Amino acid sequence: MMYEISSASLVEWARWQFAMTAIYHYMFVPLTLGLAFLIAVMETAWVRTGKEEWLRTTKFWMKLFGINFAIGIATGLILEFQFGSNWSNYSWFVGDIFGAPLAIEGLLAFFLEATFVAVMFFGWHKVSRRFHLLSTWMVFVGANISALWILVANAWMQNPVGMEFNPLTARNEMDDFWAVLLSPTSINKFFHTVTSAYTLSACFVVGVSTWFILKKKQFEMARRSILLASVFGILSILATIFTGDTSAQDIAKTQPMKFAAMEGLNRGGRNMELTVFGVLTDKADAPTPRMKETTMTIGLPGMLSFLAYRDTDAYIPGIQDILDGYTSETGQVYPSTRQRMENGKKAINALKNYKQAVDAQDKQTAHAALGTLKAHYRDFGYGYLQSEYESIPNVPLVFYSFRIMVGLGFLFVALFVVSWWYARKRKFEKFRFIPYVAITCVPLAYVASQCGWIVAEVGRQPWVVQDLMPTSAAVTRIASHWVVTTFWMFAVLFTVLLIAELKIMFTQIKKEAQ
Amino acid sequence: MEKIDKKKKMLKRVWHLYYDGFRDMPRWGKMLWAIILIKVLILFFVFKFLLMPNYLNTHYATDREKSEHVLNELTNKP
Repeated sequence: MMYEISSASLVEWARWQFAMTAIYHYMFVPLTLGLAFLIAVMETAWVRTGKEEWLRTTKFWMKLFGINFAIGIATGLILEFQFGSNWSNYSWFVGDIFGAPLAIEGLLAFFLEATFVAVMFFGWHKVSRRFHLLSTWMVFVGANISALWILVANAWMQNPVGMEFNPLTARNEMDDFWAVLLSPTSINKFFHTVTSAYTLSACFVVGVSTWFILKKKQFEMARRSILLASVFGILSILATIFTGDTSAQDIAKTQPMKFAAMEGLNRGGRNMELTVFGVLTDKADAPTPRMKETTMTIGLPGMLSFLAYRDTDAYIPGIQDILDGYTSETGQVYPSTRQRMENGKKAINALKNYKQAVDAQDKQTAHAALGTLKAHYRDFGYGYLQSEYESIPNVPLVFYSFRIMVGLGFLFVALFVVSWWYARKRKFEKFRFIPYVAITCVPLAYVASQCGWIVAEVGRQPWVVQDLMPTSAAVTRIASHWVVTTFWMFAVLFTVLLIAELKIMFTQIKKEAQ
Repeated sequence: MEKIDKKKKMLKRVWHLYYDGFRDMPRWGKMLWAIILIKVLILFFVFKFLLMPNYLNTHYATDREKSEHVLNELTNKP
């Protein structure tokens, strides 16, 4: 009992620490990804036209990019430290899969970013215009390629493919690099994440630029920036919506519990409705408090089935159906969660027996144990669950985060259309509320980004590797007070960094207005 | 000989790119560099080496020992 209490609090604190540091880290990342593109386009316009106004615009946004880049750099390292200290079982279990993408990411980030960022900032009068422009584009390419490898590693955790488990080393070994890189989950995750980052960057540029217009300063620079960012924003948000749709189709197939949680769907069926708005309440007769009831629903009939399988009559399982076992729309039969827990326990026992048999050089027993392990490996992680209800994530958090993300996404479509029209027609005096809306959309873009990650990461709980390893098995057995201490230290460090970023950025923006 | 001269010139240009860049940096840029340095020092010396060392690397010397430990963890979790 004592072990259970300390173990539960250790897992919870380690999760909180990872969530907090990941959220803070991702406050810096998206602006780097998208603003680099906008700066590169602005500089291209300067090189092509020779107009000094483009150069001034480029240098201003490059300054804000530099502030964000400098404050955010190395904050991702903390996540890697946590893998080694708090999640050592997980790190070992996935080591071979993560090793390749993260090594490539590290090298690329170092060579591309460190070299070309220096030329971008220091090289204005040292290198030719064209080489400087090339460096700016390479910063954009480098940042986005870095993101690709991180997201490939994340996608593998959501949908582990292209590997084989080695029972002698307790590691998953990559046997098909291309399957890992090109899985639909990887592709959807990369494009959905980077296009949403571009959207955030466009919101940032439009928001800051409209502030100049409110202050009646730097009209031409602000107008050019709004026009460019609005077009980029419209294209980005449309791509985000498209990739969000393809992501949802993938989730429906590979992570049905997350899909059900996103909809707060307890009982599924055919011709399922998409909940546009709803309020989750406790359900008196629910077998577990984790399952909620959706009230005050506004929905679109058949749309959920259509979005998942492009067929309004497609079958979508609810949380209870997944617990009971079901046959998916594609014909795949999934046993009940209890059965999968049994399978998982068999796989864990087989792993233990295999190890003992190998040590005792008992080939026959080792062969039989290996057969059992392979037969049940896809349910390996279920063997650690104490109850079938542990397989249900935090439904309200996923449900509301999803709706906030999608709602804000559609708000940004309207924002970019209106801001483009506003700048194009120079309606600066007549519609003075538009800058206020645009400025409000800057923090909202960050909210939408974080909500997206909450849907992705909370929605897949309890899994750290889908179906193979729950968080409870991934955590290192260290004293939880250690994790609590570092949690608060990180919280202070990141808060100081965020305040420093905002302060330096606001100062530079105000300076430009003067 | 000409090749060596070219290489020297190239290295000199790279050196000046960084040297002049840092020297002529505005106050806010220097402040950013100070933040980066302090941050990296805290991250590595306080967190990486003192508070959050890699558990497997500090407790086990070889990959075999690490495997044994994780196998034991995975097969004996309550």
